[in-house]
Amino acid sequence: MTAVKHAAAPPSAPPRRAPGMGRAFTYLLLIIATLFFLIPVYLVFATALKSPDAITLDTAWHWPAVLNWASFSEAWDKVGGNMLNSLFLAVVATLLSALLGSLNGYALSKWRFRGANTLFALMLFGMFIPYQAVLIPLFQFIKALGLYGSIWGLILAHVVYGIPITTLIFRNFYADVPDALIEAATIDGAGFWQIYGRVIFPISVPGFVVVIIWQFTQVWNEFLFAATLTNTSSQPVTYALSQLAGGQAVSWNLPMAGAILAALPTLIVYIVLGRYFVRGLLAGSVKG
Amino acid sequence: MKGLSKDRLWAMAVLAPSILLIAIFVYSFIARTVYVSLTDWGNDPAQALAIDPIIRWVGFQNYQELFTGFLQGRFRQELVNTLFFTLFFILGCLGLGLGLALILDRNPRGEGLWRTVFLFPMSLSFIVTGTIWRWMLQPQGGVNQAPTLVGAPPSTFGWLSSNDAVLKFDWNALPLITALVVGVVLIVLAVRAAREGQRTRMVVAAACAALLLLWAVFIGPRVKLLAAPELHGFNFAMIGIIIAAVWQMSGYTMALYLAGLRGIPEELREAARVDGANDASMYRHVIFPLLSPITLSAMIILGHISLKIFDLVYAMAGPDNISASVPALNMYLTSFRQNQFALGAAIGTILLILVAFVIVPYLASQFRGEEGHS
Repeated sequence: MTAVKHAAAPPSAPPRRAPGMGRAFTYLLLIIATLFFLIPVYLVFATALKSPDAITLDTAWHWPAVLNWASFSEAWDKVGGNMLNSLFLAVVATLLSALLGSLNGYALSKWRFRGANTLFALMLFGMFIPYQAVLIPLFQFIKALGLYGSIWGLILAHVVYGIPITTLIFRNFYADVPDALIEAATIDGAGFWQIYGRVIFPISVPGFVVVIIWQFTQVWNEFLFAATLTNTSSQPVTYALSQLAGGQAVSWNLPMAGAILAALPTLIVYIVLGRYFVRGLLAGSVKG
Repeated sequence: MKGLSKDRLWAMAVLAPSILLIAIFVYSFIARTVYVSLTDWGNDPAQALAIDPIIRWVGFQNYQELFTGFLQGRFRQELVNTLFFTLFFILGCLGLGLGLALILDRNPRGEGLWRTVFLFPMSLSFIVTGTIWRWMLQPQGGVNQAPTLVGAPPSTFGWLSSNDAVLKFDWNALPLITALVVGVVLIVLAVRAAREGQRTRMVVAAACAALLLLWAVFIGPRVKLLAAPELHGFNFAMIGIIIAAVWQMSGYTMALYLAGLRGIPEELREAARVDGANDASMYRHVIFPLLSPITLSAMIILGHISLKIFDLVYAMAGPDNISASVPALNMYLTSFRQNQFALGAAIGTILLILVAFVIVPYLASQFRGEEGHS
């Protein structure tokens, strides 16, 4: 709970500098840590840019002598359709769950009623459950609705299981909106919907950004539902990538190029809007 | 405004669809899973996918099969894998995350850039991470070739393929170990209650502990779950998966700790310095105690993630690597590859119980505190 508060207002770093020796040591540690985090990136690109016959385990670390960009177009041929599936899925599911979360968060934080907190805690439990514990009935349910193998079944699952986290983020976001604003609007004769439309929704942009980024990343990266609720025509990219990399006799440039493609959208989102990503991360992880 | 105004009714109307959906998709589905786990649906392959399968109630037979059945040794190894994975994954993320946060708290130049580097794996899918690390941990390549860059001979560690294990124990000793662990926890609770002067709680905890320990001493050693000894331990094939998981998630603990460190007012540090504390003792007596609630939150979140983790294992070790697998993966394979739905549901239920042990007390404590304030 504390962390969420801090995250809501990114604190400015106080001017605190350690003297000489300690500084050098600090940078040394930072460089070692950076190597740990970036070496996989180097290896992915080195492998993706090699031609299949240049990939041997002995020379895995060598940068390719000749760059082979064809891996990417080849990988796109294999997972491009799934990328488009993922894009459609992630955009639709994200927008729907953001809208639902905004309304829920508004109702829960600004129109509190008895038992609202208990209700909310029961709701939140839904985001912690292992989805394995609902997977079989979910599969049957989606099948009974006739949505198995269609992307809409997957969208339904993501919207429903996204309710807890989107509600949580918006509830925390709206908690910082002063109640006096709502009271003033009530005195002016505005009701539930007018207040939402004229007061709450217009100031919700930062909340929407956090929720949209967070949900987009989650839905894009999800694997379990993707593997159970879809068939070949509707499989998202995570499943396609796992199939691409799963075989034993693979030429590794393809899965590596595929991994880069599959990672690119969320990575771009993170690099461009990292600040909001971190807020979602903190809010989505620390409850309250 | 007390009572049910029109606006409040609207608020409930807005919430109703979500409540209904959660009631169906979370609670009724859980109930259905528990029910399925008590039947024999899919144990006979001919009935599994029949339009109108004959499903019989078999009670706890599936659970019994998982814990004591001859064919389910894989599940038992997975359960042990999950516990070790959780332990080392949490330790790794907390240690690395705290270390990175402490370094960044010293305000190095280009702090934003470093932070971006440490956090970027968080934005990746576990499938992507798994694919990358699987390549890095190939038996004769990647990490094993790394020593040759400085002229040393390549390593031969079987990152994902090793069958060696340490900390082995006989599965037959599981009831005994469980009783001892729970007994010790109860004793700790009793001592705590005694210190806080809560007599009833102390007596109940102490009595339960005594019962358990008596059982462990007199009956426990004679209980045999299996006909023959079956050894399980911390399998070396899990090490690579743990490293990859720490690579992906330690940025999260770093972000948490950094937010916590930045939230500690400068005056507190100043005051400690004025009192003559050096850096080490300031961290020990002032800063780390203030970070302990963050550590607890992180442990709970990481714990529930690690109990559920399955896509990373799927992408790194593959579905058929018995020594590097987890129950969450087994549940998917059992239910959707082998169509043994009842057995899969039983594994799903066991996972839910494990996660609930971590999450329910946490949610309860968070909201009990809040209900008081509002």
